[in-house]
Amino acid sequence: MANYSTNEFKGGLKIMMDGEPCTILENEMVKPGKGQAFNRVKIRKLISGKVLEKTFKSGDSVEGADVMETDLAYLYADGEFWHFMNNDTFEQIAADEKAVGENVKWLVENDVCTITLWNGNPIAVTPPNFVELEITDTDPGLKGDTAGTGGKPATLTTGAVVRVPLFVQIGEVIKVDTRTGEYVSRVK
Amino acid sequence: MNEALWAPSAQIETLKQRASVLANIRAFFAARDVMEVETPCLSQASVTDVHLATFATEFIGPRYAKGLPLYLQTSPEFAMKRLLAAGSGAIFQIGKAFRNEESGRHHNPEFTMLEWYRPGFDEFALMDEIDCLMQTVLSCKQAVRISYQDAFKTYLGVDPLDIELDELKLLCAKYGYEEIAATEQFIDPLLQLLFCMEIEPQIGRDTPCFVYHFPASQAALAQLNDADPRVAGRFELYYQGMELANGFNELTDASEQSKRFDEDNDMRTTMGLPKVEKDQRFLAALESGLPACAGVALGIDRLVMLATGKSSIKEVIAFDVDRA
Repeated sequence: MANYSTNEFKGGLKIMMDGEPCTILENEMVKPGKGQAFNRVKIRKLISGKVLEKTFKSGDSVEGADVMETDLAYLYADGEFWHFMNNDTFEQIAADEKAVGENVKWLVENDVCTITLWNGNPIAVTPPNFVELEITDTDPGLKGDTAGTGGKPATLTTGAVVRVPLFVQIGEVIKVDTRTGEYVSRVK
Repeated sequence: MNEALWAPSAQIETLKQRASVLANIRAFFAARDVMEVETPCLSQASVTDVHLATFATEFIGPRYAKGLPLYLQTSPEFAMKRLLAAGSGAIFQIGKAFRNEESGRHHNPEFTMLEWYRPGFDEFALMDEIDCLMQTVLSCKQAVRISYQDAFKTYLGVDPLDIELDELKLLCAKYGYEEIAATEQFIDPLLQLLFCMEIEPQIGRDTPCFVYHFPASQAALAQLNDADPRVAGRFELYYQGMELANGFNELTDASEQSKRFDEDNDMRTTMGLPKVEKDQRFLAALESGLPACAGVALGIDRLVMLATGKSSIKEVIAFDVDRA
């Protein structure tokens, strides 16, 4: 993998740090008028998800990370792996629990997810920004109030729990923003 | 981003405020009888400073069919000192300076610098005057002062004038800079690292802060202190997380100046950088006699950022480098 000098740093660049692939979020040059220049970089570790700041001496190089993203449709889970397929080539990839992580609750069959691959292996699964899921459980007793008193919790088919307005009932399909985990609307 | 690149990076309202800051500065110096001067942006000589990268170009024309190498000045310092040596008296300049390899929230490769010189002033008298200017332009409080040594003692608990490289490396590691420390062979870059990352954010938050008596190893073009030659008559001004100005009790000794240029070039060789020809016209001016004086360079763009509450330099210049 190529090395990148600090001058090539920019948001989205994938580099290796502490043996883990990372993405650069922000890069800022810090330089005293009469002195050494440094780059203060905010990075996110792609496996642990940890965000940290790192400082480099300007001009130094770091190893790039072989990271690519690919859009694949979610097929099914077999208890150990979650299987995804490229809809054009029908090639399949299996992601483990670590790669799927908390996003398991947003996986809907046939939805196209973004799979992050490091050296060809899946390390992260990003669901679509919006998914549609059916409500399996919510308190039916609360009715009539549409004034938005904060709503009530509702459990979805995947096990996700989302706050929904009081008028939404079991069996209804709702649209959820997976980035915030918030209810968007009912789906007719 | 789909921003139209023909359009200015600054709002017109900000540029009006900028114009008024410039007018205030000119009025400030007019009232004090300091003469405005203009010196070349294109100079036949460059600077030896290891941390400055110059833009180079070439004049081709009458008498220079084969080309005359020219450098965009990184500051007007040498030319202004030549005017002082020629008897100009107190002078100031508002002009463009150019530094390659510098771009970011506080840097644009082309920027506007206010530089002024006061014969008969030492660095402390000049700090007084800068303080007045700051209060005039920004309506800020009176500046506080701390020595470089006290700043390190106060915020990091070490004496920067009496620290070994190994101890400094351990300290850097403690603050999360172990990779940088591991390969560093010199004290000054590590002091600069700790200063700008760990001390600068803590000083000058509510009132401007002068840091004076920089170590002799970072003297640049300042005289060494008579009483304590471990430090130099160099100071910097910080305010709200920005380095605003750098000033000197100016070195007037031509042979000492020439020696420092040679040391810079030795360091350049060590760092794998090309040597830079010494500016002989500047050295000749010192030889002919530079009056004892203090001088300072202040970044106007950053001053305007403070005056307008903007967080990025491109918001206070008409067209930043991406739109130039």
